[in-house]
Amino acid sequence: MLELSLNQLAAGLSAKQFSCVELTQTFLDRIAALNPALNAFITVDRDGALVQAAAADAARAAGAVGPLAGIPIAHKDIFCTEGVLTTCGSKMLENFVSPYDATVVARLKAAGTVMLGKTNCDEFAMGSTNENSAYGVVKNPWDLSRVPGGSSGGSAAAVAARLAPAITGTDTGGSIRQPASLCGVTGLKPTYGAVSRWGMVAYASSLDQGGPFAKSAEDCALLLNAFAGFDEKDSTSAERETEDYTRLLAKVPADPAKPLAGVRLGVPKEYFGDGLAADVRAAIETAIVEMEKLGAVRVEVSLPQTELAIPAYYVIAPAEASSNLSRFDGVRYGHRAAQYKDLMEMYCKSRAQGFGREVQRRIMVGTYVLSHGYYDAYYLQALKLRRLIAQDFSAALAKCDVLLGPASPTTAWPIGQMADDPVQMYLADIYTVAINLAGLPAMSIPCGFGAGGLPVGLQMIGNYFDEARMLEIAHRFQQATDFHAKVPAL
Amino acid sequence: MSLTHDDVHRIARLARLELDDQEAAASLEKLNGIFGLIERMQAVDTAGVEPLYHPQALAQRLREDRATETDRRDAYQAVAPQAEDGLYLVPKVIE
Repeated sequence: MLELSLNQLAAGLSAKQFSCVELTQTFLDRIAALNPALNAFITVDRDGALVQAAAADAARAAGAVGPLAGIPIAHKDIFCTEGVLTTCGSKMLENFVSPYDATVVARLKAAGTVMLGKTNCDEFAMGSTNENSAYGVVKNPWDLSRVPGGSSGGSAAAVAARLAPAITGTDTGGSIRQPASLCGVTGLKPTYGAVSRWGMVAYASSLDQGGPFAKSAEDCALLLNAFAGFDEKDSTSAERETEDYTRLLAKVPADPAKPLAGVRLGVPKEYFGDGLAADVRAAIETAIVEMEKLGAVRVEVSLPQTELAIPAYYVIAPAEASSNLSRFDGVRYGHRAAQYKDLMEMYCKSRAQGFGREVQRRIMVGTYVLSHGYYDAYYLQALKLRRLIAQDFSAALAKCDVLLGPASPTTAWPIGQMADDPVQMYLADIYTVAINLAGLPAMSIPCGFGAGGLPVGLQMIGNYFDEARMLEIAHRFQQATDFHAKVPAL
Repeated sequence: MSLTHDDVHRIARLARLELDDQEAAASLEKLNGIFGLIERMQAVDTAGVEPLYHPQALAQRLREDRATETDRRDAYQAVAPQAEDGLYLVPKVIE
């Protein structure tokens, strides 16, 4: 059951090869066996999952159900789940049980999925290694001494270790794509506005997007069908027709040997500069050649502002974070200090005790760049660069269908290597943050292995709302290769 | 640009974060490293470029003005650190 696709799991449930309770128990047992070493889950809702599984079995017995009915899933611990702890990886919310479900959670629930639990992440999604979680670092299933990436590291590690067939994540500057790359799974960040942010605890609101982690592009498409789409509760939700993200996957190519015939692959030269590790470069180049064999055509393109996306991002994201995280004041929810002499001291102590180091740093950077006298030099300059970055992508995507490159400059690095060096950590986000600034959809798919057998992810960047096309290209690649089917020895 | 010890205390105060002198010294070093990175932006001439606040040009939607939410005060206050009789409790603000 661990290796079956979502469609195969649904078929197995329909054919009564196994019940949803048996399927759920299988994953719960695997979590019980492996999570102590991986630390991918913060909360496992064993009892709740079995109740939902029994209900899914009853619903299946009663008649027509959707394609995800009875499929066990999990959520990044940044999505609010009614009745189940939502910590955001922070001490601030160590006792927070949300009174409502996020839209993504509610929609997956309505689709009949079974929630196994909540996955570990960097505190409030701020980090690239999962070392910023108040609940301990997640271990990379391919090498337990290495990081899984971040911030959705628990989600990526759990899918890689087959603790769940599908898990949600969020991506503000690479937090789905980079851990997907480092853990060897498929992860997709949708176009800004495609997935509701309601109930997804905000980090940087003009950048945050929720998306799926799964074993394949096909599974990601099925998940998007269940939770993407317009939501009136999110003022930035895109008002679009409901779309079927799987619609291009079943298409029969005119020439079966050339399923990617006519596809133009843009290769930005800035994504293959000096900072790219040789083993990652080799795997990416081989993947592009493989796609060319499948009929695609390579086009050289340029994204001139690539390096400046990092400073622009590390102004805009902290600015928005400093504003969003002001809601944690020890009054309505979250940690309140035990002792204080007045309201001001209550705020200052509660926040200093509740937030970890990196979150406090980003709040301070954001507060500073928005403060009087510095706004124009930092915040406004970053927003102007943001326009230049978006224009770079528009120009590049006018010449091709998708852009290809790495999601991370290296494979997974050792735990502790950059833990105390924020600038080095930020620089590792070079291939992901620009996409969020522009609001484009992008995904990472497994495309090979580097030194030490560590996975390498191929990042594919599409045009606005062109997820179905990206998923089709990824699906064709996965039909021709088996990198996505490789599992770590655990 | 380089921040001073006083700057760090001022920013922490604005951000409502308690910071002792030892933490401020550690933060100062890290923040100066981060601002060293951020300074790289100044290399680009952005004269005449319109700032991009948001990835999609969105007009705020309007909806009919009607009550859509039910009263769930108790559920919302159940997660508050201190609430009583439907009120959130905080230290005395006005003497």
